[in-house]
Amino acid sequence: MNAESAIDVRGMTKRFGGRTVVDHVDLQVHTGQIYGFLGPNGSGKTTFLRMLCGLLRADDGSGRVLGYDVIAESDAIKREVGYMTQRFSFWEDLSIEENLDFVARMYAVKNRRATVRESIAQLGLAGRKKQLAGELSGGWKQRLALAACLIHKPKLLLLDEPTAGVDPKARRDFWEQIHQLSAEGLTFLITTHYMDEAERCHRLAYISFGKLLADGSVDDVIAQVGLTTWSVSGPDLPHLAEQLRTQPGVQQAVAFGNALHVSSDDATALKQAIAPFQHPPYDWREIPSGLEDAFISLMEGSKDNFTP
Amino acid sequence: MTRHPKFSFGRLRGIIVKEFTQMRRDRLTFAMMLGIPLIQLTLFGYAINSDPRHLPAAVVLADRGPYGRTLLYAMKNSTYFNFVEQVATEKEAHNLLARGEVQFVINIPQNFTRDLLRGDRPAILVEADASDPVATGNALGSLGNVVNTALQQDLKGSLASLNATDGPVDVQIHALYNPEIVTQYNIVPGLMGVILTMTMIMITGLAITRERERGTMENLLSMPTRPSEVLIGKIVPYIMVGYIQVGVILVAAHFLFHVPMHGSIILLLLVALVFIAANLAMGITFSTIAKNQLQAVQMTFFVFLPSILLSGFMFPFRGMPPWAQVIGEFFPLTHFLRIVRGILLKGNAFNDVILQLWQIALFALIALIIGVKRYRQTLD
Ligand SMILES: Nc1ncnc2c1ncn2[C@@H]1O[C@H](COP(=O)(O)OP(=O)(O)OP(=O)(O)O)[C@@H](O)[C@H]1O
Ligand SMILES: [Mg+2]
Repeated sequence: MNAESAIDVRGMTKRFGGRTVVDHVDLQVHTGQIYGFLGPNGSGKTTFLRMLCGLLRADDGSGRVLGYDVIAESDAIKREVGYMTQRFSFWEDLSIEENLDFVARMYAVKNRRATVRESIAQLGLAGRKKQLAGELSGGWKQRLALAACLIHKPKLLLLDEPTAGVDPKARRDFWEQIHQLSAEGLTFLITTHYMDEAERCHRLAYISFGKLLADGSVDDVIAQVGLTTWSVSGPDLPHLAEQLRTQPGVQQAVAFGNALHVSSDDATALKQAIAPFQHPPYDWREIPSGLEDAFISLMEGSKDNFTP
Repeated sequence: MTRHPKFSFGRLRGIIVKEFTQMRRDRLTFAMMLGIPLIQLTLFGYAINSDPRHLPAAVVLADRGPYGRTLLYAMKNSTYFNFVEQVATEKEAHNLLARGEVQFVINIPQNFTRDLLRGDRPAILVEADASDPVATGNALGSLGNVVNTALQQDLKGSLASLNATDGPVDVQIHALYNPEIVTQYNIVPGLMGVILTMTMIMITGLAITRERERGTMENLLSMPTRPSEVLIGKIVPYIMVGYIQVGVILVAAHFLFHVPMHGSIILLLLVALVFIAANLAMGITFSTIAKNQLQAVQMTFFVFLPSILLSGFMFPFRGMPPWAQVIGEFFPLTHFLRIVRGILLKGNAFNDVILQLWQIALFALIALIIGVKRYRQTLD
């Protein structure tokens, strides 16, 4: 067992009534890493996180979280993990202060009062600590939830879409804080649907229909997908996109601002497919594939695998 | 899940504080706390009648002659009386009556046969536990007739002259514990049990389903809490609610309905604690079984209706068929009703109520254990 691993699990599987929702997922996350967990809606991200912290019983799988057995020692894991649920799950009829105080009591935090006070000050909510959590705006709820998850100084944070619905400035602040904490040795497993956030992670995993399809650094993931992308600009791009999509060698034709990104994992077939359109007024350039192109390709590919 | 963290009083306290705070902000709880007692007290001004038979009776038979026995035989034949004990002294008989083991004590004095034959019109004394007047009413009503017709058949020929116009025997009836036979004296203390049953089960029945419906359960379960901490933490604040209701009902019983209070109020409050805990434990157990708040409310009524019908609140317990009595014995309300009426109307002391009390305590314990076992620590 690698002492450097905060998470090291193999074969994690969850079935709901015969449907396999997480299918033998292996994942290794080093201590201090920020690990991004991506995948389309319903791909099993939340289910996977819940299995890690003992909220769902895994049907199969083994391994360790923070050195504890992921199946047998979930009580010990709970004490050292902070889990932020996808949907706001603090008590809306308790105030900000009461929520934090409750969490602190549940984890038997030392110097509870001082810790809570500090946490409120850090949130910048000292003046509103008596406000009910239910009255906060969506973004503020997210911030409160994060503060509550951190109050017992966990070693590992499992954050399920922590920035959904948060404004850009607050998101930037949030990521600043994450990087700072990671530098102090905290480990993060974060699910997100935002590409810019994915790029801020040290490593990524991509899951679709419960199966892990790619993992590694941003460049690794792009390389694993092996995509070739051409950018084309010119007049009436929507019409061009429509024509290109009917070509067998083209897997994606997606508008990006004033250009169209055309990509495929078969470079030669793509070249043949676009040849008839490579004339003025169109301007073609081969470009490095982006993360989003890679993910969309993965999504399309897995759909083919799963629809009979 | 193999190694549980130790039960922590710190965490228990945290949960109690949280529940108190939430309760304070929840208007519905307050409405239930005061509204239900007031509505029920107003509604139940009447009782539903019934004609119970085979009521247990004890006999103090001092007469040596045949007519004492003739009398008892006739009373038995009337199907109202079921002689379960023959005791030597009146004191023993009174103990049976106080503990509720018999409904009547029949005293047939020494020399009853001799006095009867002499034409002295001897008296027999029937003492009745009238704390539930509906239960005793018909039996007492029939008594004079039963006794005198029985003797008329025997007193024939030369003895026929003894059949005076008033009847050969003077039947004296003493209604104990509720001499004026006021129905409210029986109903109002009973209402205390009914109201507590309904509100306590319902309030806690919602406690866990609410967390589940609001999505806060996921958060609670991700923390290192133990089921027993969560369940007990959710029960404790509502004990206070229960006591407030007890207070409201006692005040109403005293000032509005003038119910006599012969026993110790302290003892009553102690018994109420056990009874409240039993209902809260039952509610919290429902809460772990129900999938949503609606189901929790339905389950509450599933228990509430049979317990008011079969506990002796609605109909006299002894008037129910045996199978219904067996079911009735399972409800904490049945035992609580006996205790409350015993304390308030008969002045029962701790020794008199302990027999009923431990059954309520046992029920509370079993309900809580089932709740703790049923409480799922995962979301599956
Ligand atoms: N308790 C449950 N019972 C039955 N099916 C469930 C349950 N929880 C989740 N599922 C199913 O499992 C699948 C994966 O759900 P999950 O919530 O893990 O997806 P996700 O990747 O988090 O999606 P999203 O990005 O929308 O949050 C979905 O198809 C969902 O319907
Ligand atoms: Mg999710």
